[in-house]
Amino acid sequence: MTSLFSEVTPEAANEVAVKRITVGINGNKRTVDVEPRLLLAHLIRQGFKLTGTHTGCDTTNCGACTVLFDGVPAKSCTVLAVQANGHEVTTVEGLASASELHPVQEGFKDEHGLQCGFCTPGMMLTAKALLDENPDPTEDEVRWALSGNLCRCTGYQNIVKAVLGAAAKLREQNGAS
Amino acid sequence: MTIDEIKIGGLGASRRRVEDNRFIRGAGNYVDDIVLPGMLHMEIVRSPLAHARIKSIDVTAAWAIPGVRLVLTGEMMAARNLAWMPTLSYDTQAVLATDKVRFQGQEVAAVIADDPYIAKDACEAIIVDYEPLPAIVNPTQAMAAGAPVIRDDKENQPDNVIFDWDVGDKDGTDRAFAAADVVSELELHYPRSHPSPIETCGSIADFDRSTSKLTVYMTTQAPHIIRAAVALVAELPEHMIRIVSPDLGGGFGNKVPVYPGYVVSILASILLERPVKWIEDKTGNLISTGFGRDVYLKGQLALRKDGKILGVRMQTESDHGAFFSDAQPSKFKIGLMHSAFACYDVPTAHLTSRGFYTNKAPGGVAYRCSFRVTEAMFFQERMVQAAADDLGIDQAEIRRLNFVRDDDFPHRTPFGFLTDSGQYGKCLEMGLEAIGYEDFLKQKEEAKKNGRLLGIGISTMTEPLGAGNSREYDILGIKMFDSAELRVHMTGKAILRTGAKSQGQGHETTWAQIVAHELGIPAEDIVVEEGDTDTAPFGMGTYASRSTPVAGAAVSMVSRKIRAKARKIAAHLLEVSEEDVEWELGRFFVRSAPDLGVTIQECANAAYSNIPDGMEPGLENNAYYDPPNLTWPFACYIATVEIDPLTGVWDVLNMVAVDDCGVRINPMIVEGQIMGGLTEAYAMASMQFITFDSEGNCVGSNYMDYLLPTAWETPGFELHEVVTPCPHHPIGAKGIGECATVGGPAAFVNAVMDALQGAGVRNIDMPLLPDRVYEGLTEGRDVSGAPPIRTDA
Repeated sequence: MTSLFSEVTPEAANEVAVKRITVGINGNKRTVDVEPRLLLAHLIRQGFKLTGTHTGCDTTNCGACTVLFDGVPAKSCTVLAVQANGHEVTTVEGLASASELHPVQEGFKDEHGLQCGFCTPGMMLTAKALLDENPDPTEDEVRWALSGNLCRCTGYQNIVKAVLGAAAKLREQNGAS
Repeated sequence: MTIDEIKIGGLGASRRRVEDNRFIRGAGNYVDDIVLPGMLHMEIVRSPLAHARIKSIDVTAAWAIPGVRLVLTGEMMAARNLAWMPTLSYDTQAVLATDKVRFQGQEVAAVIADDPYIAKDACEAIIVDYEPLPAIVNPTQAMAAGAPVIRDDKENQPDNVIFDWDVGDKDGTDRAFAAADVVSELELHYPRSHPSPIETCGSIADFDRSTSKLTVYMTTQAPHIIRAAVALVAELPEHMIRIVSPDLGGGFGNKVPVYPGYVVSILASILLERPVKWIEDKTGNLISTGFGRDVYLKGQLALRKDGKILGVRMQTESDHGAFFSDAQPSKFKIGLMHSAFACYDVPTAHLTSRGFYTNKAPGGVAYRCSFRVTEAMFFQERMVQAAADDLGIDQAEIRRLNFVRDDDFPHRTPFGFLTDSGQYGKCLEMGLEAIGYEDFLKQKEEAKKNGRLLGIGISTMTEPLGAGNSREYDILGIKMFDSAELRVHMTGKAILRTGAKSQGQGHETTWAQIVAHELGIPAEDIVVEEGDTDTAPFGMGTYASRSTPVAGAAVSMVSRKIRAKARKIAAHLLEVSEEDVEWELGRFFVRSAPDLGVTIQECANAAYSNIPDGMEPGLENNAYYDPPNLTWPFACYIATVEIDPLTGVWDVLNMVAVDDCGVRINPMIVEGQIMGGLTEAYAMASMQFITFDSEGNCVGSNYMDYLLPTAWETPGFELHEVVTPCPHHPIGAKGIGECATVGGPAAFVNAVMDALQGAGVRNIDMPLLPDRVYEGLTEGRDVSGAPPIRTDA
């Protein structure tokens, strides 16, 4: 994949076919040269080796590739890497802190909100963005927020429970702190 | 001290899943996550036409693109005798087309390059000159006189008929119909659908010249079958092939067959001596890989006035696409279609079945289905409801009247299956109570007065899960058993491997629970591995809800072998004879002195450190399990709906599921399977289908056209259980993964048709799109969904 992106070296700096971008990825600033047509999902997966972001449909429908783009869910399979220049991207790998899981992650495990696990990273990031904005959503609000993320295994009922459970836990944590 | 089985994660524990620990961190390991040194990337050129002769293929411009390493066409495959491959149904399928293309999306050429972007560029640069031929998109066209012969590559194939098959008692059934008070008839089409796991298919072939070993990481639900197939197709020695199926992003039957992409990536790796990765895009997956269903029914029930079924006649015509590659292991041409009416006490039945080639994708996989039982049960339940309507009797009552009774087992079905257990009436009554049946009927009548359309639909069925037995089920001659290997280490921890392959079912969690149940070793002390043919025992893989019935039984049996050896070790440690040793969960003790005992962990330690004289050291074993029969879970699904008469849009008001899958290993996981299955049932009933226009263009080739329900549309489900243990399974379990997908659709469709009662419409084909429902309601006639569809709508 050397032609699509590479860490910047002095020799590469003068090439014209690439664009230099700086992307914040899970809190770390990375500067890379990329082909203008490179998709953000591919930069994340092959360039940054963060394979928790999955690509499912290539058409912005399934949401498996959802990342947080400056905190807002975005489907990285139809975002160009160059569009992420100067922006902050959070992937599933940035969801947990070093020592503990995010309540959304715990919720998905506790409520059996996943089976094959392929949609799970995108689903959890969408859920996190919802809870950041709306700490006490109704079931309908959760279902509406998740409606851009497809799951073929679970039937969503346990995912909804997981998100509502995580919301309760987060409220408790924030109330206590 | 007695061990609490639930606390150690044994049978019946809703143990949280082991595999989730990596999935929730984004640390799963799916095929596309694997990167090998020096790896190249493959993309496929697909036919834009459904039926055309290939006049020429010009690959010159593709070769000229920097970074292109190899361009393969059918001609080059043919030079290595790889242009065609055998299918799982004893037909042949083109790997890369040589003479003709026979469906839209068929593989024509492949490019291997340094990265996928270059490979895609090069695919665009390949020029294929086609001479278009008329396309055939349904069986009616396929059987018409003078229809173009799709498979002119085959000798002795003068037409488009694949098979003409029948089963049952024709004469007896004719007599039953002659004696009937009423004959109820129904014609319908179960539309083509696609399993569509979110992860598409893909492979990384890695041929190592220095060892002559081929390793293929790939999306397969059946790695050992693939190894056997690769050995046959590529003529490579089987011990030099290693198939690894890593984490799978769903399967649902789609990842059972061998696809051209796998074969081409393997040849490319052998030729280039570098790893070659192929990851299919979504469109490629939807238009070229294994579909499900696409069967037409003419059904008739011979009835007594009171609703008793006297005989069943079913006539099916199935559309298999361009190659007969149904992935099913039975000797029966249309899978287990003749499991229909197994839950009813029907004296006689006859099924005729004809299969046809068309210019559509091949496949015929068991999409969350035990080989055509989804169609069988849908046909059955639609026919039963139509009969109730024709006779003017209650839809619950007709089922009560015809159910096989609890004391009638074992029961021989009209088509010859042997069902062994069930409490059908109890399940139905539980479902009716949960949905509030009588109240709803009153509500419905009240609503009708106000112009509102409410309906209730019931679907009850028992289905055969867990192929085989080996007498009747095999793939490529390999019998349908399954296997488990258990190694207990000296500290009492263990590793278990099976021949199954989880795609989300949670085997890493549940298999350990079976071992915990048999040996008393805590589930958390057991690691489960599957999917690597170099390490896993030979097995037939996971599909058709066969894992728990077959591999799960093998897990029990291997654990019991381990326990038998541990008992001898215990006798040695306790210094008594083996006959004086008793077992309780996790511990052997002296019968006459129960306080005197040794734990299974102490026995494990002794197996490596203090072995009795003359005994083979170690505590390892394996088991191959050939089930004596299929397992027969029962389900009752009841849905209530309301139709908006102005738009034809219908909403699910309530959905109740009563499932009897025997003993539940992990209730949480069982419920997850049921809810997932119900959602796919709802999907097929409401929106999800693959169809074609009259030129054979696939309508439904991406997620903008192929609609899957989201969290917003999907209704909530209320689950109930009945437990009738399977009499022949070691722990009394039955299959469950697909019951809801199989039985669910008829509940939704029956509910909508119930709401339309009196409108003059007997059937609307799935999916029940609002425009179809509106048409049925306002025009008062049946609505067919069979292709060619209207393209002006």
